[in-house]
Amino acid sequence: MAKFKKDGGRATPAINTSALPDIVFMLLFFFMVATKMRDKEMKVKTQLPTATEVEKLEKKSRLHYIFVGPPLNPEFGTSPRVQLDDAFATVDDIQQYITLKNGEKDEKEVPFMTTSLKADKTVKMGIITDIKQELRQVNALKLSYTASKEVKD
Amino acid sequence: MGSRRRDIPEINAGSMADIAFLLLVFFLVTTTMDIPTGLQVALPPISEEPPEDSKQKKREVLEVLVNAADQLLVEGSPLTIDRLQQKTIDHLTNEGKDPTLSTTSTAAIVSLKNDRGTSYDMYVQVYNELTAAYNRVRDDYSMQEYGKSYKDLDPQRDKDKIKEVKKKYPRKLSEAEPVSIGSE
Repeated sequence: MAKFKKDGGRATPAINTSALPDIVFMLLFFFMVATKMRDKEMKVKTQLPTATEVEKLEKKSRLHYIFVGPPLNPEFGTSPRVQLDDAFATVDDIQQYITLKNGEKDEKEVPFMTTSLKADKTVKMGIITDIKQELRQVNALKLSYTASKEVKD
Repeated sequence: MGSRRRDIPEINAGSMADIAFLLLVFFLVTTTMDIPTGLQVALPPISEEPPEDSKQKKREVLEVLVNAADQLLVEGSPLTIDRLQQKTIDHLTNEGKDPTLSTTSTAAIVSLKNDRGTSYDMYVQVYNELTAAYNRVRDDYSMQEYGKSYKDLDPQRDKDKIKEVKKKYPRKLSEAEPVSIGSE
């Protein structure tokens, strides 16, 4: 009978949560290492097309970005616009932009610079063709049509 | 009832987790994890000289046209996008069998022409299919010759093999100068 004697109202001890911060910090460091800061503010919508034959782009430092798509803010209309860095631009600005960006780089790196063209699915080829012509003018011949990997089943 | 000496209480670390979570959420929101991927293209340099042999033997060229309504015309007849890859493979590996397709794989050319009104999505799909065709024939050739797919060839050790495959199936994908037929 003594076996089943009630413990005189002793509450269950609190669960020790002192290891919880450690776990969360571990997660935090994982995300800090595995991700990169979002550095550009998007002004145009770029819903990427999908493709099966995509290749990973080499070093991020060797990339120029050109964004093309309808503006996110409807005040700027719905026709596709070009975005370079954080601002709207026109197709004519591309030559100057690429030249300027290449100037900041090491001369040896310039031939390896790839232009990553992020264009919205709905954009027509006219503006893309114009951009390609501009890139040819400044001898930026490596181009990548940024597309997300299509999963085929 | 005198004042009983109490131990210094343990510092409450319960809110530490809250602070760490806050930081975690901040990093989750402000960072991206996507690795940029894309279809690689080498644009032709601009040359002042007019293109030379404009009367390329017609049978060597596989003409792919995409119009403003995103319709495909391959060698003068309409084709659906899912059959483009096979058609291109047939062209590249023809070796003179079919009189309308290429004579040798080294001479075979794919010519892609699009309209200014073609959608970018369609263009990327077509380009993807053509790239896939080249990758497939290279893979098959490499498999047959070296027992390894083209992707698995080591750029350092198998340099000669890669060169050989590239020589057998050179990537001759030419894009015509832009034209405008339909409206944008």
